[in-house]
Amino acid sequence: MNNYNLPDDKGHFEQYGGVFIAETLMTAIIELQDAYDKYKDDEDFIREFKHDLKHYVGRTTPLYHAQNLSQEIGGAQIYLKREDLNHTGAHKINNTIGQALLAKRMGKTRIIAETGAGQHGVATATVAARLGLECVVYMGEVDVARQALNVFRMKLLGATVIPVTSGSRTLKDALNEAMRDWVTNIDDTFYIIGTVAGPHPYPMMVRDFQSIIGKEAKSQFADQVGGLPDALVACVGGGSNAIGLFHPFIDDNSVAIYGVEAAGYGMEKGPTAHAAPLCAGSVGVLHGNRTYLMEDENGQIIEGHSISAGLDYPGVGPEHAYLKDSGRAQYVAITDEEALDAFHLLTKVEGILPALESSHAVAYGIKLAKEMDKDKNIIINLSGRGDKDIHTIAEIEGIEF
Amino acid sequence: MSRLRNVFSQLPEGNKAFIPFITAGDSGLDNTLELMQTLVANGADIIELGVPFSDPMADGPMISKSHERAVADGVSLKDVLSLVEKFRKINTTTAVVLMGYLNPIEVFGYKEFANSASKSGVDGVLVVDMPPEEAHDLKQNLDAVDVDFIFLVAPTTTDERLEFLATIASGFVYFVSLKGVTGAGHLDIDLVNSNLERIRKYVELPVGVGFGIKDAITAKAVAEHADAVIVGSSLVAFIEKYGADKDKMLTSVGALSAEISAAIK
Repeated sequence: MNNYNLPDDKGHFEQYGGVFIAETLMTAIIELQDAYDKYKDDEDFIREFKHDLKHYVGRTTPLYHAQNLSQEIGGAQIYLKREDLNHTGAHKINNTIGQALLAKRMGKTRIIAETGAGQHGVATATVAARLGLECVVYMGEVDVARQALNVFRMKLLGATVIPVTSGSRTLKDALNEAMRDWVTNIDDTFYIIGTVAGPHPYPMMVRDFQSIIGKEAKSQFADQVGGLPDALVACVGGGSNAIGLFHPFIDDNSVAIYGVEAAGYGMEKGPTAHAAPLCAGSVGVLHGNRTYLMEDENGQIIEGHSISAGLDYPGVGPEHAYLKDSGRAQYVAITDEEALDAFHLLTKVEGILPALESSHAVAYGIKLAKEMDKDKNIIINLSGRGDKDIHTIAEIEGIEF
Repeated sequence: MSRLRNVFSQLPEGNKAFIPFITAGDSGLDNTLELMQTLVANGADIIELGVPFSDPMADGPMISKSHERAVADGVSLKDVLSLVEKFRKINTTTAVVLMGYLNPIEVFGYKEFANSASKSGVDGVLVVDMPPEEAHDLKQNLDAVDVDFIFLVAPTTTDERLEFLATIASGFVYFVSLKGVTGAGHLDIDLVNSNLERIRKYVELPVGVGFGIKDAITAKAVAEHADAVIVGSSLVAFIEKYGADKDKMLTSVGALSAEISAAIK
């Protein structure tokens, strides 16, 4: 692509994105659009954001040449962008820092968020604690049970965690419930969405905050190796870590881009067995934007499956929908089993425990590297660390603590 | 003249329109058809039928659960259109408005939906998560078949947006009486009245008021300045409670409807 500059001023990535919300939220969304427009180029805002990323989050994160893994595979050289080394253990905090600073400037005193695996909830509770803002996190009852550790972390950070019992009691229902809260408490409340979905400006704003990943990776690669990498790989649930890595490379047409969705039990087992709307979904409208969704022939949303709670979302950010249709990025899927194998391999040969989400990217990166020459280079976004998944993995392997 | 305009123009002086809401297919499509007849027999001028959706983001727990029940029973937009078609065979005067979320319509196709809605006897459509800014294509399709496009107005809707909304809304506008979801409890009559005054500066269509109206007392208070009163959650509560006991469900829904209708007429 050349001079890529989507979305347009209405938040459309061609047919995708937009603002599909109830009238009650429109004024709040317009207020947010105006505030973000004002502050995104504001020098003080940018300075504070960068300062916090450096001194509080711990950026710059390393771009690490995984030589052992590359050698083991015997193909392209693999570089890992180490977002797992951020404060709170994942890329999520890049965005919550940005949105919380915006909330403060808008005079909002109360923060709400939705969370699936709990990483975004923890990242939100963390910045709310630091800025002295009230924080309420909505989390599906099912996820509350399977992510008990993160629930406790949020509580320690002073957040109120509200288990959501409606619908399928997972991430999408937590999002619905957060929207309901926002409608009701619109005057003092700022809704920090954790991914590049939702009504405009969220997909653009979250992307902008996360694009620090790709900007750093690009300059680090140029310093360490020279030139541009040949391919980028990142996992896609809602797609925030992926768009963060991809966005600064969109106009660099020699760089192949791969987004990795969750194939769960296997794509051939049908829509309830995976969480891969870009690979096997169709176009619809959910949670404020038009995008690819897992849905049935009547437009009802289908609850999918992934071993990774962070990829288990029936929609995907609208910019990914656009990048798919335009052919600029390719979307593929990795099963639970393949992700687990990659988790173990990376842990064993590099001493790095990847999150199960990130393990999907690692698994596809390995496949891709095998088909490429040794003088080619791949950057994989290691979006989070695997400590939060230890219980899930132990359970699968029949280990009790 | 559209059926919706007829309803408002034929109301005797001082009478307000009663608009009950129920979710189509909640407790079964056959029951919904009977409920619609019960509503008509007890004063309904316009019936709002909820189109079941898996993710009803703007609804409170009561109506969300009714969506969940109907979705679990596999009730689709197509089923709702067939239901209206059946209703039209026995009733040609009560207006019917479909209220729901965009995705089922999006998947159906705008043009196909508009044509089927018109053919089935649907008079208006209200899409909760489609603000006027995104409504252009669907509006063209609904206009082509004379189905009214109804929009929500909130206490937070600015004058600037009211002016814009007035250019594309038809049938009536639906004022959301509070900041919150359906079925919430904090109705503020003064706030409603001051907003109605503001809305009428821009909108010539009749204005209905909904969200938070539970009984004859609140309905009467709201009706003083509104053209129509919309009641949903407290009717749906009877469907939830007595879904398995049809007679009791019909009696309870009928009794509350009659009470509310009498209070505003």
